[in-house]
Amino acid sequence: MSKAYEFRTKRMPEPRLIFDQSNHGRIGCNVPVSDTPEVDLGAVLGELRQELHLPEVGELEMLRHFTNLSHINYGIETGFYPLGSCTMKYNPKINEKTAGLPGFASLHPMQPVETIPGALEILVGVQEMLIAITGFDEITLQPLAGAHGEMTCLMLIKAYFEAMGENEQRHTVLVPDSAHGTNPASAARCGYDVKPIPTNAEGNTDLEALAAALDGSVAALMLTNPSTLGLFEPNIEKICEMVHAVGAQVFCDGANMNAMVGTTRPGDHGFDCMHLNLHKTFSTPHGGGGPGCGAIGLKSHLEPYLPVPVIRRSEAKILADYERPLSIGRVSAFYGQFLMEVRAYTYLRAYGKEKMADISRHAVLNANYVRARLKEVLPPAHDRPCMHECILTAEKYKKENGVRALDISKRLIDYGFHPPTNYFPLIVPECLMIEPTETETKETLDEFCDAMIEICREAVETPDLLHDAPSSQIVGRLDETAAVKNLDVRWWPPQAER
Amino acid sequence: MPYIPHTDTDRREMLATIGVETIDELFREIPENLRVAPGTLDLPPALDEPRLLAHLWEISKKNVNLADVTCFLGAGIYDRYIPASVGAVISRGEFLTAYTPYQPEASQGYLQAIYEFQTMTAELYGMDLANASMYDGATSMAEAAIMSTGIKKRHKVAVSQAVHPHYRQVLDTYCWSMGIEVVVLPAVDAGVTNDYSLAADSACVIVQYPNFFGSIEDLATARAEADAKGAMFIVVADPVACALLKPPGEFGADIVVGEGQPMGVAMGLGGPMVGLFACKKEFIRQIPGRIVGRTKEAHGDKPGYVMTLRTREQDIRREKATSNICTNEALMALASTVYMIALGKNGMRKVATSSVQNTQYAIQQLTTAGAKLRFSTRVFDEFVLELPKDPVAVRDALLRKGILAGLPLGGYYTGMENCLLVAVTELRTRNEIDGFASALKAVLA
Repeated sequence: MSKAYEFRTKRMPEPRLIFDQSNHGRIGCNVPVSDTPEVDLGAVLGELRQELHLPEVGELEMLRHFTNLSHINYGIETGFYPLGSCTMKYNPKINEKTAGLPGFASLHPMQPVETIPGALEILVGVQEMLIAITGFDEITLQPLAGAHGEMTCLMLIKAYFEAMGENEQRHTVLVPDSAHGTNPASAARCGYDVKPIPTNAEGNTDLEALAAALDGSVAALMLTNPSTLGLFEPNIEKICEMVHAVGAQVFCDGANMNAMVGTTRPGDHGFDCMHLNLHKTFSTPHGGGGPGCGAIGLKSHLEPYLPVPVIRRSEAKILADYERPLSIGRVSAFYGQFLMEVRAYTYLRAYGKEKMADISRHAVLNANYVRARLKEVLPPAHDRPCMHECILTAEKYKKENGVRALDISKRLIDYGFHPPTNYFPLIVPECLMIEPTETETKETLDEFCDAMIEICREAVETPDLLHDAPSSQIVGRLDETAAVKNLDVRWWPPQAER
Repeated sequence: MPYIPHTDTDRREMLATIGVETIDELFREIPENLRVAPGTLDLPPALDEPRLLAHLWEISKKNVNLADVTCFLGAGIYDRYIPASVGAVISRGEFLTAYTPYQPEASQGYLQAIYEFQTMTAELYGMDLANASMYDGATSMAEAAIMSTGIKKRHKVAVSQAVHPHYRQVLDTYCWSMGIEVVVLPAVDAGVTNDYSLAADSACVIVQYPNFFGSIEDLATARAEADAKGAMFIVVADPVACALLKPPGEFGADIVVGEGQPMGVAMGLGGPMVGLFACKKEFIRQIPGRIVGRTKEAHGDKPGYVMTLRTREQDIRREKATSNICTNEALMALASTVYMIALGKNGMRKVATSSVQNTQYAIQQLTTAGAKLRFSTRVFDEFVLELPKDPVAVRDALLRKGILAGLPLGGYYTGMENCLLVAVTELRTRNEIDGFASALKAVLA
């Protein structure tokens, strides 16, 4: 157990809301003083607001507040974070340093494009490196997150069929039952009907069911490869052929790109487009749930519909091209998540041609190692080598000991580890989805596996230890039902209680 | 490779435990013809850390950054002071390298900070509640519009011409993909929205406050017009302006969205930003994105925070979710939280007041220097000038003198080819404004 982590969290003072620390007249920043003549605000602005209930605290009190909050928050730099499907790899510090350079951080998105040649060079550089890695013809960095990238891909497909006059007819998007929830939600957001495709016993796409679902009403198949079961789809070329045979498109959900970097290219598999999560595969920080960063790759037949601006080389120059008559338009206000692109660029250049494949090779090595070490206590959902994550089932503990995957996860917190993803994919009972990533040492993996083995022993011998977990944190298990029933989503000033 | 810690011994022992000879064997399910040999992709060579830093430094120097010029450019993204404390907090690894708080017991720090963010966002906008943030102001507005079409069961939205043109372009894209019609309410003659007749049968009426031209829209009229059309009333609001102005909530706005960048987020060429999203409590079950709620322990009395109303979301609801959004912009929301606390009630008012003061002074000086005000509207910190010369040429000439003068509007609005949009934040000094005025006078002469 990580004693240091337990110590820190248990000895924490009870956190108070910043509003309860407010004292009239204090301020936490040396605000710039204006040296222009004073004005009558009412005369200039019209009706002014009366009350403004923002905290009044000094700078040191504020910093203590956030430092204390940080102590009750677990990040990758706190410890091992094997959250499946999220690729919680190390976020190199050099990336933060380069993204903070004033020549990147202090750029206004509407300053003349002629004054940002360096920024365009970064954008084109990331695009070109991602083209090499994914095997697609084009990359755009406009989408702001993974789900936003999925949606943008579907918009490109929609625009493509609109140009072909087939949009009315093609109203269905096929989504495997193992897919991330964002896939069907993105399809619905683009006005498509969603039809699920089952997964077969081996963990692959059910080809018969797929064949039965394919007809002229299908616009696209959204496929995650490797799948959310952590398995590479061995029939991928055949699947793409089948979909193309009815004139539909194949989208690749790139959440699991970390298994493929430098080893295999989705563009070669037959996909027409894909999204990437630069915050997963290419190490931009997850930031507590964002900013995400969602590049997309596509084949040349979808290129005319790219969102604007299209950043591209033209002879010796790099342009931001807006003259795109068939473009779907803008999907975001400016140039995408630019400072995240600077981080991704930095990361890609640190690996370079020589070492890029090391990413996927060690991600897959680590996942298979965890799988091998745990298979006796937590059997893998499928008897095949996994890719960058392993999907294990805790079903027998539920049946025999009344212990669920969630209980195992909560107990892991007491051992100083962040839990894996639970209950996803939905088709595996009592699922634990473990993605170690390539940046973890064998020692860390061993400590984690030892803890898991110990927890599985506890599940049999002292199951209540798991039911009551976690007991090491500032709070025990929280009542999520009460949170919905008695909704409390903000603080109210005392006199305004509602 | 420093980010991959494996030694040769590690690899050997791990492969032995797995029961294979080589890492390649682990990839055997990938058809051979689809594999590429390691080290063969068409990529530039790897750079060590000092060379990497030098390389990025070289590229960054090719840009004209705002440390080198005096910025009078706004148009939705503002050059405001970012307190040093903001960077100190958001670079803490516990925040920077966490993910979505799926395990609330180990994520109380972030969850509480987001609860505080929601509180202060709602407070500034004068609304009942706010969510945990959106990608940016533009997508937040598009999501609000789509939410209104779901609530009103109408397939048309009305947006003022004086809403940021890029926001309207994003709205167009979102609405096109869902088969929703977008109509534009005229505003270019008066500088404020003054004709709502096209909004009949719309699910919502969207105006910006202050609008793209800097003008303070008449929200009372806009609310009444929306009511007359049976439409929801959506306001895109600058949170800093709301420290002084009567907030949209007090005019009865149903949804208020905006860009949180002016509150502690680096401009960064426009990304990452942070979208604000607030609404009346009756709509809470329809809103997109994450919401943090306060609750207590299941088997105890200690208060704690969780993500709540999760059944709206894509990972549970799939195609029936209120949105496909998965991430919020937590890190930037945290930056804004620190900003709102650091400045607090008094600081936010001071920043807004200084901006108004500097703006009024700039209007006086620039109109004396040969420019004319295009509109006779009330403004907060931004205004439209008419120039006797081509604004693009004027802007470029001033840039050579170290002044980023604003945004020429000819590319965005027909009939405004002689117009320049100028913003003056609290950071501009009297000296800088005088310098701008005299440089403008020289260029116009």
